[in-house]
Amino acid sequence: MGIISSGFHGKRRTGNPALPPGQYETASFPVLTAGPAPYIANADWEFFIRTETGQRRAWSWEEFLALPQVDIQTDIHCVTSWSKLGTSWRGVSLDTLFEDVETTSEFTTAHSYGGYTTNVPLQDLLDGQAWVAWEFGGEPLERAHGGPARLLVPHLYFWKSAKWINGIELMPHDVAGFWESNGYHINGDPWREERYS
Amino acid sequence: MSTLWRVAEVVSGVPETESSRTIGLRVDGLNGNLAGQHIDIRLTADDGYTAVRSYSVATAGMDEILEITVDELANGEVSPYLVRDLMVGDQLEIRGPVGGWFVWRPTDPNPVQLIAGGSGIVPLMSMIRAHEASENPSQFRLLYSLKSPETGFYREELLTLGQESPKLTVDHFYTRKVPAGWPSAPKRLTAETLLANILPADAAPDIFICGQTMFVETATEWMVQAGYPTGSIKTERFGGTGGIR
Repeated sequence: MGIISSGFHGKRRTGNPALPPGQYETASFPVLTAGPAPYIANADWEFFIRTETGQRRAWSWEEFLALPQVDIQTDIHCVTSWSKLGTSWRGVSLDTLFEDVETTSEFTTAHSYGGYTTNVPLQDLLDGQAWVAWEFGGEPLERAHGGPARLLVPHLYFWKSAKWINGIELMPHDVAGFWESNGYHINGDPWREERYS
Repeated sequence: MSTLWRVAEVVSGVPETESSRTIGLRVDGLNGNLAGQHIDIRLTADDGYTAVRSYSVATAGMDEILEITVDELANGEVSPYLVRDLMVGDQLEIRGPVGGWFVWRPTDPNPVQLIAGGSGIVPLMSMIRAHEASENPSQFRLLYSLKSPETGFYREELLTLGQESPKLTVDHFYTRKVPAGWPSAPKRLTAETLLANILPADAAPDIFICGQTMFVETATEWMVQAGYPTGSIKTERFGGTGGIR
């Protein structure tokens, strides 16, 4: 146990077992971005997957919407200590998008419009753990929250759920992305409190 | 290691405004911090309950001592304790300083435009202090939007620096109440006012914007539309809502 602050009682918002260590629950949806939010019209948007051999698959917005859509209920956890429980999203599972992709790579880099990157091991993207989401709470995803679409990898800290997602590149090694190069943890598991490097 | 919890001792506590306080912390073995970084503070109640919050550091490069300025949030869990109850000599735990993005380094060559909304001044103040303490000759300009003179942080220091520093220009903008003798009435910050009081795009400044989410979003949009490259703008936001008033 650490230093006791006598007179500090707190609000006991972290007694919830759905909250990872050090997180508190918030009802709002804070926006945290390193710079300006890019504008991407749906007509200009595409999502690609590029493999280590250079093979590239891409979906336009219309092609993407024609894929099987799923509803996702999940908790999200930001490294700045807020968690939002029971959020609802709609999008396409990465399992669907990776169906015809052949790769031996174990690592990926997610690329966003605007230049943001984040690294996620492939095993964290498959088996029903990750989606490309374009609806939040029944509404089209707002630009400030990553619209037209963002990656959703809710079992990792939310910086891994790249806003304004453009595509996923399969990587021979684990290459640190944007925040991972700026003091944040390479993995980002909230249950292990992997906040900082 | 910056990721371990370390004990910090409170060495000073000075009110900034009616609802905020600057707290000096001494951390054994701390080797300074970069301007713009933050620390996490962990408070532990006597039954073991803990709460963690992040606070920007207001100082830079002071070896074992750093300062944070905490604004008390209505319904806050940690900030009321830090502003009202914490005493000099108390100990608490910190993690960090952390952050390698929203930082200014004395080796950065470009002019710098700082835009602060309310308590968003804190990390920008650390950049101003680091810049003033350095040999770096580049021009700094600060636009500080605040509700009223009484809500301003670091008032005397900014007044003095604005008067005396050859490499810093300070512009205050009041949205609810102006100081006595101020040449204009309080009003909402507009794109025109903002753009008229910052370094021009052709000066190619590095831009740091910090404040509540809506303030940062709005100011950033105006600057992008006015032709400032998106890659030159770094932002840090806090709070869920709140606008430019």
